[in-house]
Amino acid sequence: MRISTDTLRLAVPVVSLLLLLAGVFYLQPRAMSYTGLNLLFNLAVPIALATIAQMLIMAVNDLDLSMGTFVSFVACVAATYLHDTPLLGAAILLAAIAAYAVMGVIIYLRDLPSIVVTLGMSFVWAGLAVLILPAPGGTAPEWARAAMISKPPLMPMAIVASAVLAVFAHLLIMRSSFGVLIRGVGGNQRSVLRAGWPIVAARAGAYALAATFAVAAGICLVGLTTSADANIALRYTLLSIAGVILGGGEFTGGRISPIGAVIGALTLTLAGSFLSFLRISPDWQIGAQGAILIIVLALRLLLNRLESKGDMA
Amino acid sequence: MPLSHPSAVLEVANATVRFGEVRALDGVSLAIMPGECIGLVGHNGAGKSTIVAVINGSLSPHQGEIFSDSTRLAPYGIGVARSRGVRCVFQELSLCPNLSIVENTRIMHRNLGGFGWRARVRGIIAASLDAVFPGHGIDVGGPVGALSIAQRQMVEIAMAFSDSGQPPRLVILDEPTSSLDAGLAAQLLAHVRRFVATGGAVILISHMLNEILETASRVVVMKDGKIVAERGAGGFDHAGLVKAMGSAVAHQAAARRSHAATEPVLELSLPKSQPFRACKGEVVGLAGLGGHGQTRMLLAMFDRHSPQWWPRRDPAVTFVAGDRRENGIFDLWSILKNMTVASLGDLSRRGLLQDAAETKRGADWKARIEIRTPDMENPILSLSGGNQQKVLFARALSTRAPVVLMDDPMRGVDVGTKQEVYGMIRAEAEAGRTFVWYSTEMEEMQLCDRVYVFRNGAIVAELVGDAISEQDILRASFEGAAA
Repeated sequence: MRISTDTLRLAVPVVSLLLLLAGVFYLQPRAMSYTGLNLLFNLAVPIALATIAQMLIMAVNDLDLSMGTFVSFVACVAATYLHDTPLLGAAILLAAIAAYAVMGVIIYLRDLPSIVVTLGMSFVWAGLAVLILPAPGGTAPEWARAAMISKPPLMPMAIVASAVLAVFAHLLIMRSSFGVLIRGVGGNQRSVLRAGWPIVAARAGAYALAATFAVAAGICLVGLTTSADANIALRYTLLSIAGVILGGGEFTGGRISPIGAVIGALTLTLAGSFLSFLRISPDWQIGAQGAILIIVLALRLLLNRLESKGDMA
Repeated sequence: MPLSHPSAVLEVANATVRFGEVRALDGVSLAIMPGECIGLVGHNGAGKSTIVAVINGSLSPHQGEIFSDSTRLAPYGIGVARSRGVRCVFQELSLCPNLSIVENTRIMHRNLGGFGWRARVRGIIAASLDAVFPGHGIDVGGPVGALSIAQRQMVEIAMAFSDSGQPPRLVILDEPTSSLDAGLAAQLLAHVRRFVATGGAVILISHMLNEILETASRVVVMKDGKIVAERGAGGFDHAGLVKAMGSAVAHQAAARRSHAATEPVLELSLPKSQPFRACKGEVVGLAGLGGHGQTRMLLAMFDRHSPQWWPRRDPAVTFVAGDRRENGIFDLWSILKNMTVASLGDLSRRGLLQDAAETKRGADWKARIEIRTPDMENPILSLSGGNQQKVLFARALSTRAPVVLMDDPMRGVDVGTKQEVYGMIRAEAEAGRTFVWYSTEMEEMQLCDRVYVFRNGAIVAELVGDAISEQDILRASFEGAAA
């Protein structure tokens, strides 16, 4: 029996995560504990949420370059309004989600490149974040803080949260009708249109859902860091894209994998720790992280090639 | 306007559609009755696709009305059409390759939602596949991306005939057999007859005139956006139909016969297979059932002879794609850019493209192969399918490459255009070009000097000259399969 394409796609991120984990445990055996794992992975939770958000946008063949500034904006709102006046804070976040839906509609109706529109919006979100929180500060809502430092039995919070997120996103995007619709729009928009579905609603839904995950990412981040800053999550734009690709997703064609994306986000986080344990100077760490990314992606290309060779035989 | 056909499943009355200056439909009226299979024929650009778009609701006519079951439907759109049981299988494949067959079926049927839909949809599509193509061997849980073109076409057809609680009443099949081999095409046409016998209606569009003559209960001929002839079954014979379409009677062109063998310009040895070679000035055919390795061999040959890293001054091979949407045209470019993209090196000086030379070459080829457009700067998608294919031919033939590889290039091209292209291929071959030609159509194989028959990814027979006949090709294609 041949291994299915989807399994193979998932194999690369899983194997790279396990290899990195083995490397970390070898260098630092004390990481192999409840606290150790939590420390290794807790920053991965918001990144994983942002990666799922990015993946939803990529599912409809778009790309969101405002992910980092949007998560920063949410973090600033969470550390100020959501803490001080929860109702107003929630209203702001809902409005932000609505803005994302509108953005998706405009991109489709006016046939605009999503990269340009989201790049433009990134300045809007960054500006709003600075207006809300001109200097680093604010306080995380107690419930967000409590959730992020909670200690579930057996497994640390970071692992439990990632697993729950992966399963939830998988059910939502790979199993539900709505998920099929979104991926169908990415795969062949014309045929979805010909079946009589409203494409505008599907795209608005994909964007709104993405924004919802991004809002969750921002709140989790504030829960971890206890305070916010307008530039807190700028790296998330590229990290989320890299996470999706690392997890077996593709830029076009609606080919995505929620479980892969979560694992991709975990791998990216772990790569940073691994390099620290290797005592590589911070000057070189970003370069080395890039190198790890290239190696993993090369591995995937290699597997793709083997797979098509298998077809030839 | 009074109703002329109260019991029609669908009736289009006096529909007019204009695209700019072009009248794509010019006052067409067509009533489709239950229990009837309408064969719709006509040249590329005659308006067949446009009337289909009007019927399935994706295009609203600038003038005219649509009735169904004695009621006027206004407004009419995709949703209304589907709720009336109108289903359509399009000429270019339109599934989502990233989704599974079950998920594609879910997209096709909006009413199948709710908890546990996967199991329901799986049952519906599997039943329909079994009914239309018994013994199809397709796993409905698998991804569409892993299927061959023929299998995708089968799935799409089965989806159109599937009953999701909203039974299909009118199924439009636009060139449904173009990627199916003879056995599958026969299965499909048999199902069409069964469907019609139980009161369904079918509109069958095909360039295979014998399919139309054998299956349709009424034949409608379109030309220049009008219906020019309409007769019951038996009212037409093959020649009469071709004549009604307004093209010269298709003559069986005398096949060129091999001249003294010269040095091979192309050689390839496949595993577990007879060797392949092609000589200068030869037309070599690749035959056999669809998807038995012909396309793969063409691609392998192209890869071997084209540079991977650095463009060559003199190209060795050029390629005419069969699957236009997949690997033929650049959707967003103009007709001219699509045509000249393969020979930009010849049209530029010191690395800069010479506008005048490019325009001139475009005008030359437009005249030579009659691309029907007012302006070569128009987007490629403004052309009908057959004309897009002509542009791809022009792209390949306007290069200086001595070898042309063709991957079933006549898919969905009308009879007249085919004859023109056959003539061009013969002339070019006389002038010393080599053609390697994969086709699913037997007639085209008989135009070749030599034919290789493929089975299961290997060459199993080589036919030369008079040995190239339908029987011999079929025998070689099926040999051993029965054992």
